[in-house]
Amino acid sequence: MSQEEYRRATLPGHVDFELPAEEAVPRKINGNHPLNGRTPRTPQPEEPETEQPETEQPADVVDIWDQRVAKGLAFLRRRLTGAYEVDDFGFDPDLADSVFLPMLKRLYKDWFRTEVLGIEHVPATGGGLLVGNHSGVLALDAVMLSVALRDQHPEERHLRLLGADLVFRVPVMSELARKVGATVACNPDAERLMRNDELVGVFPEGFKGTGKLYADRYKLQRFGRGGFVSAALRTGTPIIPVGIVGAEEIYPMIADLKPLARLLGVPYFPVTPFFPALGPLGLVPLPSKWMIQFCPPIPTAHLTEYADDPMVVYNLADQVRETIQATLHDLLAKRPDPFGL
Amino acid sequence: MVTSVSKPPRVVVVTGVSRFLGARVASRLAAHPGVERVIGLDPRDPPTAFSGLLGDVELVKADARAASGAIADLGAEAVVHLSVASAPDPDSGGRAAMKEQNVIGTMQLLAAAQAAPQLRKLVVRSSTAAYGASFKDPAVFTEETEPRAVPRGSFARDILDIEGYVRGFRRRRPEVGATVLRFAPFISASAETTLTRYFAQPVVPTVWGRDARLQFVHVDDALEILHRAVVEDHPGTFNVAGAGVLVLSQAVRRAGRISIALPEGALSSLASVARNVGIGQIGLDQIDWFVHGRVVDTSRLTAEFGFTPRTTAEAFEDFIAGHANGASLTAGRLDAAERAILEGIRAVRASAAAAGGSD
Repeated sequence: MSQEEYRRATLPGHVDFELPAEEAVPRKINGNHPLNGRTPRTPQPEEPETEQPETEQPADVVDIWDQRVAKGLAFLRRRLTGAYEVDDFGFDPDLADSVFLPMLKRLYKDWFRTEVLGIEHVPATGGGLLVGNHSGVLALDAVMLSVALRDQHPEERHLRLLGADLVFRVPVMSELARKVGATVACNPDAERLMRNDELVGVFPEGFKGTGKLYADRYKLQRFGRGGFVSAALRTGTPIIPVGIVGAEEIYPMIADLKPLARLLGVPYFPVTPFFPALGPLGLVPLPSKWMIQFCPPIPTAHLTEYADDPMVVYNLADQVRETIQATLHDLLAKRPDPFGL
Repeated sequence: MVTSVSKPPRVVVVTGVSRFLGARVASRLAAHPGVERVIGLDPRDPPTAFSGLLGDVELVKADARAASGAIADLGAEAVVHLSVASAPDPDSGGRAAMKEQNVIGTMQLLAAAQAAPQLRKLVVRSSTAAYGASFKDPAVFTEETEPRAVPRGSFARDILDIEGYVRGFRRRRPEVGATVLRFAPFISASAETTLTRYFAQPVVPTVWGRDARLQFVHVDDALEILHRAVVEDHPGTFNVAGAGVLVLSQAVRRAGRISIALPEGALSSLASVARNVGIGQIGLDQIDWFVHGRVVDTSRLTAEFGFTPRTTAEAFEDFIAGHANGASLTAGRLDAAERAILEGIRAVRASAAAAGGSD
């Protein structure tokens, strides 16, 4: 329809509205849904190119499929000859970015429709300790948090997660965790990573957070001894509290079979409406709507000499805990329907 | 900060000169102008291959027990203890002899050294196995890290005993500068160890579901560090390893070998069967190493010695250069395969496009 028809048909009496231009369709930037009132990131230059059908290209335009095949083969050759670098903790950026990140991004964008708020609170350079709430039986929230930083942060920073030693006992899982940049949650490792100016992710609730029942969702559990605070104090690294909403609904745990868990040597054995009733199908996470909020950093550089003072450490841990709990309430108010868009 | 103000010791006793490392260290010390006498102490005769090396070294064929008087009588100013076996040798007594040499040998040598009035320096070969192996371990060990449990490997347990004796010696003779060097596994183009034999096989067994982070030290760099520890003054405990990390699968691929992953239990039993038959020397030490890996911080070493060993990747590169035969998946072959596949796909697509265009 023409501009004239549009005015007559839709807006009687209001002539100062313009027909939206073709380009005015908001770009899908953050999940599959536009964020109202927020500017989209600069568009990726190669994106429109990939949409073009290959047969219509003139001969001198770079052949995308050829590039992709060449890139894939080069990756395979690199892997088979061992021509890649691994850091002291076993982090393999080549593998993580080429194989795991694209798969996890599908889950992050299309399945969980993750929205990220406050990414500007994460520093562009230097160390940082991200402290989040833990939930969702399997620690998918930690994984999604690291995808969010790769996807949304202007510097595409890697998150170095600290995991329970149980993760590193289990064959295969231990090596997957190391290759994506995780390490054992202990103070020497956390401090070494922060001194190397890395972003470190920690979930002080641990299994108490992931293994809680659906009825207790979004209630922060005890924060342990606050070892993460003393590691941050010792290195003068800012603490960035993070609230994650959405992970509680992916596996709604209605019961915990404690004797079975003890038998298997795991901290809990979850029963959800679909697991173990539906077998492996019950492992498919429910498509809840996720929101991740980064809070303003808490500076610690002036507190370095108090790293061993239990009172300072405890108060700071409590402050972080309160911030996360308040953030969770805010986010839940912004997301009335856990499975909405 | 290199603190080498004092003169090198005039009389040095080196144990384990019948082995590669001991012979090299003794020969280099003998060539040093400040060192007047180098006495090689070993219960076995050095192999004839080392006779060129050991020309200037006085050899005493005795074990540490018999040598207890000798160290004081010779007026030794430095003792370099290298007679530490990392794996049982089935030809000369097996595990019992290994423990005798490592633990009892060290105990008696240190007792003798304690009684030597002129002694002012002790250098002991140790290993990064001193950190044990546990799933709760930090990713990177500093010299202060304590092992969480007594390791199950025989070599690692010997190392803990040896370091225990050195601690006792330090308490009783505090004026003697004691240097403990915790070496990562040695590697080079020509060195022959359990580890180099393992990586030199065409098919390399690994532990299923584990991909350990490994560090090596080049033998030449280890010799340099040992030499500096004797002629300069560097008391303390130091990690000696090449910076950086290779994971086991990566190392196997760089060497162009093929790995087969076996469950930990199967590998243990296979290794013990092989040991009993007399082939291969993979013990619990190696299996722990394959499961847990071992990475150490070497910043104290580089700051104190003013010397940076070549990186783990460079040291391993040198090993690969010396063991090219036996490699099947070499970089050159894979490069050629990549180009061939890419050309093939391009040709198929070009012909498909031409066929599509002519229709």
